[in-house]
Amino acid sequence: MSSFSVTEPTNRTKWFAGTLVIAYALITMIPLVWIGLTGFKSPADAISYPPKYVIGSDSEAGFQPTLEGYVNLFTTRTRQTQDYLDANPPENWADEIVRQYDMVIVGPSKFGERFMNSVIIGFGSTFLSVFLGTLAAYAFSRFKIPLADDLLFFILSTRMMPPIAVAIPIFLMYRQLGLSDTHLGMILLYTAVNISLAVWLLKSFIDGIPTEYEEAALIDGYTRFQAFYKVVLPQAATGIASTAIFCLIFAWNEYAFAVLLTTANAQTAPPFIPTIIGIGGLDWPAIAAGVTLFLLPVMIFTILLRKHLLRGITFGAVRK
Amino acid sequence: MAEIVIKNVRKEFGDFVAVRESSFTIEDGEFFMLLGPSGCGKTTTLRMIAGLELPTSGEIYLDGEEIGQRPPSERDIAFVFQMFALYPHMNVYNNLAYPLKSQGMERAAVRAKVDEVAGILGIHDILKKPVGGLSGGDRQRVALGRAIVREPKAFMMDEPLGALDAEFREHMAEELRALHDRMGATTVYVTHDQLEAMQMGDKIVVMNNAVVEQFGTPQEIYDKPATMFVADFIGSPSMNFLNFRGKVAGDTSAVTMHDATFSVPQLREPFEGDMAFGVRPENIRLSDSAPFRAKIIATEYLGTTQIVTLETPAGEVKARISSQESATAGDTVGLEFDANTVTLFDRQSGRALKSELNEGVLHG
Repeated sequence: MSSFSVTEPTNRTKWFAGTLVIAYALITMIPLVWIGLTGFKSPADAISYPPKYVIGSDSEAGFQPTLEGYVNLFTTRTRQTQDYLDANPPENWADEIVRQYDMVIVGPSKFGERFMNSVIIGFGSTFLSVFLGTLAAYAFSRFKIPLADDLLFFILSTRMMPPIAVAIPIFLMYRQLGLSDTHLGMILLYTAVNISLAVWLLKSFIDGIPTEYEEAALIDGYTRFQAFYKVVLPQAATGIASTAIFCLIFAWNEYAFAVLLTTANAQTAPPFIPTIIGIGGLDWPAIAAGVTLFLLPVMIFTILLRKHLLRGITFGAVRK
Repeated sequence: MAEIVIKNVRKEFGDFVAVRESSFTIEDGEFFMLLGPSGCGKTTTLRMIAGLELPTSGEIYLDGEEIGQRPPSERDIAFVFQMFALYPHMNVYNNLAYPLKSQGMERAAVRAKVDEVAGILGIHDILKKPVGGLSGGDRQRVALGRAIVREPKAFMMDEPLGALDAEFREHMAEELRALHDRMGATTVYVTHDQLEAMQMGDKIVVMNNAVVEQFGTPQEIYDKPATMFVADFIGSPSMNFLNFRGKVAGDTSAVTMHDATFSVPQLREPFEGDMAFGVRPENIRLSDSAPFRAKIIATEYLGTTQIVTLETPAGEVKARISSQESATAGDTVGLEFDANTVTLFDRQSGRALKSELNEGVLHG
């Protein structure tokens, strides 16, 4: 192409931009790859120096992959005498792995439970924030509400200081109300934190949906509520999806409140993972395995909604 | 099929009055135009008839039944939006079927009805397409289809041609009018385009500043304007207003303006003060002998006619004369007016003085 165009990038700029993006992606993915690899190392390989990073190679930098980390993550084990070990042959492959340290599996670890807590609390609070947020945003967007601006500002103001600043009052309050260390308590807490984000994000999305669509539905014989869920909701799907992702990421990663308010019953994965103790120090492969599994749900959720997310992020900037 | 009666309807949005007490009647089967500049309250009036806004006071009757405060779903009125408002997440078929589904109609019946409407509008081949990729004309047809599919009592149209380009508008306007004539359903149509209103409407309501200025057939509105606003808004170029101060008797048929006397339709009321002598450009003749002299400032050639701009003692005047006549800028000529087309206005209020001409048509 000989003519110069303002909007069409040239091949050279495309190539340059592509290289830059790939390089950036590789750099940011190093920690992820590292965590993923460490989960399959033995404790010795995990802390060896120089580091080992080639799977299955016998060379200096190579390590033999093992499921030890994952087994340790999901089980509790005890050391046994040689007599006991000889008398009781390994029951399965996992048992076999722990035998090399003269140990036997005595039961499941808390990880599965903690992980489920994260799922229940994370998705529960996300659903609640988005559900309430959508209704509130629709009301703010479409109806004449007295003091609407002040109310919106009030909702936003709940985010103006770090939530942890009110940790102690919440701690005391939760103890009084019996919400400490309960799923409901954590869902309510994360919903309270996320709802301001949800209302503001969704309001801008719903503002962008012309009211004519609902009016057309009203004219076509539907009630206000039918018009809302048959016409407005499908239109707002993009906004709802991206809001849900933001809410889930917050609730999923939240650490401070989880440490403070949960212990035996409703503890989520983030405060649990660092407490995985191995033999003689931290069990890095088990921790890495826990982190890898912990990353997956948000990744899958984001990938499932990625189309919406992309459109959601550019929404408002680009009008059709 | 429906007769719609608007009675003393008023709409306020907070402190803002969008429509002041307005009354008019839309007869069964009429193609009725609500005409006015933007912000005059015409769309609000339309939305009140459809139920998208509820009147602050006053009544709306549909076939004798008061419906002013009912929700739109209970009115059986269809609405065509300016931006069409087709449901973007549905294809053409589902857009058309949507109003039928709300009535709980059976699937086979819905299919048959949509088919019939698609046939009327010639949109069979796009039924399966998503609405996003349609051309303006096809969107317009689908929007019309969604309105006619459930055979409502009346159609409301809010500048339905406003989103189309000029070339296509004319074509769509004809299609619309033909569709109306075929279905015979009462149609209320909002526009700010006076040509469109004159061309398509059986009756026109002219609104301005939340008030109904006049209500009548296109001919009445054009020939017998009730106010200076209507006279000015309708017609291109609009009516000329020659300003003068004077006194007229209640039964005179002559008026003296700037020392010249003109005959006018016989008045029915006396008046004294600032007046405007209203005459349409095509009712002005250039004449060498006439005593009312004017200087030609400019001429504008339009094919069969030409627009001549003149400077008179009473202000600037535009005349539409045949292109055959000669008119040269700089010349001074005499002006004559078609006596029986003249309307006198009270300049203060803008109201037309009652005369033989406009008897019985004044409103607002």
